Amino acid sequence: MSTLTIAASRTRVETLQFLRQRDSLVFSLLFPVILMVIFGSVFDEDIAPGISFSQYFVAGVAAAGVLLTSFQTMAIDIAIERDNGTLKRLRGTPMPPVAFFLGKIGQVLLTTALQLVILLTVATLLFGVTLPATAELWGRFTWIVVLGAAAGTVLGIAFSSVPPNARSASAIVTPPMIVLQFVSGVYFVISELPSWMVDVASFFPLKWMAQGMRSVFLADTGWLQVEPSGSWQTTETALVLLVWLVAGLLLARLTFRWLPRRHG
Amino acid sequence: MSPTQTSTTAQQTTSPARDAPLPRPDATLPEDTDLVVRVRGLRKTYPLGGGRQRVAVHGLDLDVGRGEVLALLGPNGAGKSTVTEVLEGYRHRDVGDVAVLGTDPWRAPLTWRARVGIVLQDTSEPLDLTVAELLRHWATLYPRARPPAEVAELVGLGDRLPIRIAALSGGQRRRLDVALAVIGRPELLFLDEPTTGFDPEARRQFWGVLEDLRDAGTTILLTTHYLDEAARLADRVAVVADGRLLACAPPAELGGPLRDVAVVRWRAPDGSEQHERTVSPSAVLRRLLAEHPPAEAGPGRGEVPGLLVERASLEDVYLALVGHATADAAVTERARAAGVVA
Repeated sequence: MSTLTIAASRTRVETLQFLRQRDSLVFSLLFPVILMVIFGSVFDEDIAPGISFSQYFVAGVAAAGVLLTSFQTMAIDIAIERDNGTLKRLRGTPMPPVAFFLGKIGQVLLTTALQLVILLTVATLLFGVTLPATAELWGRFTWIVVLGAAAGTVLGIAFSSVPPNARSASAIVTPPMIVLQFVSGVYFVISELPSWMVDVASFFPLKWMAQGMRSVFLADTGWLQVEPSGSWQTTETALVLLVWLVAGLLLARLTFRWLPRRHG
Repeated sequence: MSPTQTSTTAQQTTSPARDAPLPRPDATLPEDTDLVVRVRGLRKTYPLGGGRQRVAVHGLDLDVGRGEVLALLGPNGAGKSTVTEVLEGYRHRDVGDVAVLGTDPWRAPLTWRARVGIVLQDTSEPLDLTVAELLRHWATLYPRARPPAEVAELVGLGDRLPIRIAALSGGQRRRLDVALAVIGRPELLFLDEPTTGFDPEARRQFWGVLEDLRDAGTTILLTTHYLDEAARLADRVAVVADGRLLACAPPAELGGPLRDVAVVRWRAPDGSEQHERTVSPSAVLRRLLAEHPPAEAGPGRGEVPGLLVERASLEDVYLALVGHATADAAVTERARAAGVVA
């Protein structure tokens, strides 16, 4: 079988497993949707003239969702698969390693797309969120999602070497993600965060992905005057995500192991 | 016979059997054999920290011929899994020549992996897939895979195809492991302690699957700590303990002179249990009979009370072999701790 056939087959079984596990379904795929429903229901006042909290929140939670289905899912799943011998078993087959990684990438793209469709459907139908109107904005939305998911996937593969075993995987991966969401302006309006917090968040991809999403969902609303940097910084966003993508690729390449650490 | 000796005569009785010369263990095959596995001088150590190391395998020589079933038998920590993992290509060796299907497993290409099937010690199937989904996926990994339905039938899971793996029993999951390992029609199948934790019924079913594979000509290298498993399935049994080969022979010949050992049990006049381990039980019997002449009157009327003669079973042979090794290792360990040997 060709590498691509095997990769497609891997994507199929990886996605089926992801969708059939309650953990990943609730805490990764549906988590942004759940947050959207909670925050959208609680905060129904406008945060600026003509801008509802939901219209602001959908941008940040979409960005956070991309990192959940890519970074968090990869880091936890691969840590577990390494610890329980799944990777070892695959290593004992003639599967080309690249097919394994393509399979993971396929899974991330499919589940991220599914997540965003559900999120945007709920946001528009229940919370009156308006979707971007132009092809240019949708184009920007797409590259932010793809670049963010790609960086998240390789960083997740690299981070999967941090948890010492399967049991600690979610406990080690999840809290930093939640902190990152708070400081990156997902839950709080970013203009109300202390500037040092935004400075710290600026080292990580989520702040930039959220800002990019705001440039899509808050275009032509007058929000730009409130944005801390006074600009959407689209080029900077692309550059930061690219740097993380390359760094993640190198880290993943250096740290990836098929066998658990206890294997002497 | 029991490995624990409570008898008052224990001291006098252990020596004959223990001192019987064992044949030099040899797990190699004649030069002209069609070999699937060839190992010479394999040595593997693990670092213990502080510059010390544990030797897991001490210079092992081992051959497996085409179509043969070889069982590596030994207690936990004997080095069986290390040997297997070196042969499977998962571990590098320190020293030694290793060829599996003519290739060094540590540098083997993916095409070599297509010719080898591996059943690992732990099962780790994706629980949320069905048996059919996993087998169909696994079939895409191999160049000339068996049809999933056929391989499911082969391991007795023909009626489980639409079932989620999470719903299978432990024995069924182990048979699914075998299905995954043989779906690519391997020339050599590794099985690492495949039936640990099985109930007797599940073990018997599993053995049936392996017998079918063996009869179809698959070469099998099996590690186990179950003697009955090795005796039932293997053409040759290689007993290892403490990283060394202690014996290697067809199950019926294992242990050589150790098999000639018998234990004679009886009760002394004071009622205490006596036993004697010997290679010449008839001589012991003659002596005992002389001590209990038929003419003598009394409650036994010439009978030797509680008389029993037992031959060494395969298990006794195994325990004697492994007992030797672990006793030797303990002595070496104490000597090392005392600074006597390096």
